[in-house]
Amino acid sequence: MGLFDRHAGLLEAYRDVRTTGYDPFQIRMERVLSPTEAIINGRKMLLVGTNNYFGLTFDPSCMEAAIEAIRAEGTGTTGSRIANGSYSEHVALEREIAEFYGKKHCMVFTTGYQANLGLISTLAGEGDQLLIDADSHASIYDACKMTQAEVVRFKHNDPSSLEARLRRLGDRPGNRVVVLEGIYSMLGDSAPLREFIDVCKKYGAYVIVDEAHSLGALGDNGRGLCESAGVLDDCHFIVGTFSKTLGAIGGYCVSDDPDFDILRVTVRSYMFTASLPPSIVASVRQALKVVKARPELRTQLWANVATLYEGLAAKGFKLGPEHGPVVGVHLPDRMTAIGFWRAMLDAGIYVNVAVPPATPNGVSLLRCSVCAVHTREQLEHMIEVMTGIGRQLGVLDDRTLRVVGGAR
Amino acid sequence: MIVETDGMTDTLERARVSGQSRGEVIREICRHLAPFQTGERPITGDTVIAKDLTIDSLAIMDMVMELEDHFDISIPMNVVAEIHTVDQLADTIQKLCARR
Ligand SMILES: Cc1ncc(COP(=O)(O)O)c(C=O)c1O
Repeated sequence: MGLFDRHAGLLEAYRDVRTTGYDPFQIRMERVLSPTEAIINGRKMLLVGTNNYFGLTFDPSCMEAAIEAIRAEGTGTTGSRIANGSYSEHVALEREIAEFYGKKHCMVFTTGYQANLGLISTLAGEGDQLLIDADSHASIYDACKMTQAEVVRFKHNDPSSLEARLRRLGDRPGNRVVVLEGIYSMLGDSAPLREFIDVCKKYGAYVIVDEAHSLGALGDNGRGLCESAGVLDDCHFIVGTFSKTLGAIGGYCVSDDPDFDILRVTVRSYMFTASLPPSIVASVRQALKVVKARPELRTQLWANVATLYEGLAAKGFKLGPEHGPVVGVHLPDRMTAIGFWRAMLDAGIYVNVAVPPATPNGVSLLRCSVCAVHTREQLEHMIEVMTGIGRQLGVLDDRTLRVVGGAR
Repeated sequence: MIVETDGMTDTLERARVSGQSRGEVIREICRHLAPFQTGERPITGDTVIAKDLTIDSLAIMDMVMELEDHFDISIPMNVVAEIHTVDQLADTIQKLCARR
């Protein structure tokens, strides 16, 4: 068997995808103009698929901070923190994130993927039981491949399914570690966190919550679902990323556990990779200040979510179950999803296409992510374009449209 | 690893006592796999789940979750990874039911 034979199925699916003429996995942004616009294939596109929830990638204060840091400290750290030492700014960033959450400790990673991979596989070790949501992000699944713990999945966003699995463990020895996400990345739905926490408390389980898509978006201070659900103190570990709302790259974990710092010499994805460069640390520190200082960005984000979600729903599109910064549009199958995605690109709008095996329950989706700085006009234009394509492709039947029209 | 390599006949005996006959377990598995059957070939104990059927790895894990709830057992992912055939899946289920 050749090295690539085992990928035969995937190769075939990939070939299918490329028959549309564009390759969604190799889109080239020729020039990024702003958080909401870029030049792709020689023309200006509206970006609605970048996870840039607050539009901070072009925030002048964050950009200035990064530039200044490069001038002061150079372009990179050229090594890991345990080998080459930490820069003062790494330590300051960790202190600021810990303060932001009101937690005692914080550890910063080079990506959110590495944070999940290293933490989850290290925290749950031999003899422990790791319980994960069925729709968990790839970084969580990959941690499950590395851990010595026993791993069991429970049904997505279903506290009773988690409870059944904790109950079945009975009095077997071992720590129970439960992994949840604040907002799920494909359909934008959030976890029923309070109910999950109740179950975890009942069975004495530790809780890790990944706030990758909810940092900034949820909670009065933007701390995420843990804050909006009022369970910050009950979440033993909160993980997140700098690559979405904070507009840079990197990951973090906060906790009140007194022995937390031992993770710095046990988590391999922290120990054996280079630390974040000064420019990134500086822009993230500034972005965190912006998140605190400008709660109106959160208000704008949710207003934009409502515009897009309600607009698409009114036209008859089948969407994810609730408003979220990610709006997932269900399409009947892979080829329709890819055709729809391509038609949108032709119409000047960039979104993500998500097809099996990257999606839960084999669904095919257009994955749109909303930005606080999208204008209402941009989003209304997008709804109009999508409605046109939806009719052309037979995804929206004309009856739906007439009913909606008649109701006006 | 939760699955021990103790005598299979002994385990099957216990499974029977706890009320999950081989037939019931196989029937339940086949009920979940039927939509993924290809061509004329029937699903048997020897069917290699990931290869002989059109089911992908994610759908296999989802099926396992349904089976877990039906039989009120948990089958850890590392155990699932070692299971290839319908018979092996049934063995695991019976074994776990027996120690419930
Ligand atoms: C839920 C979730 N966790 C973690 C990550 C990884 O984040 P990063 O981009 O920082 O590696 C992502 C991003 O794709 C995500 O969606």
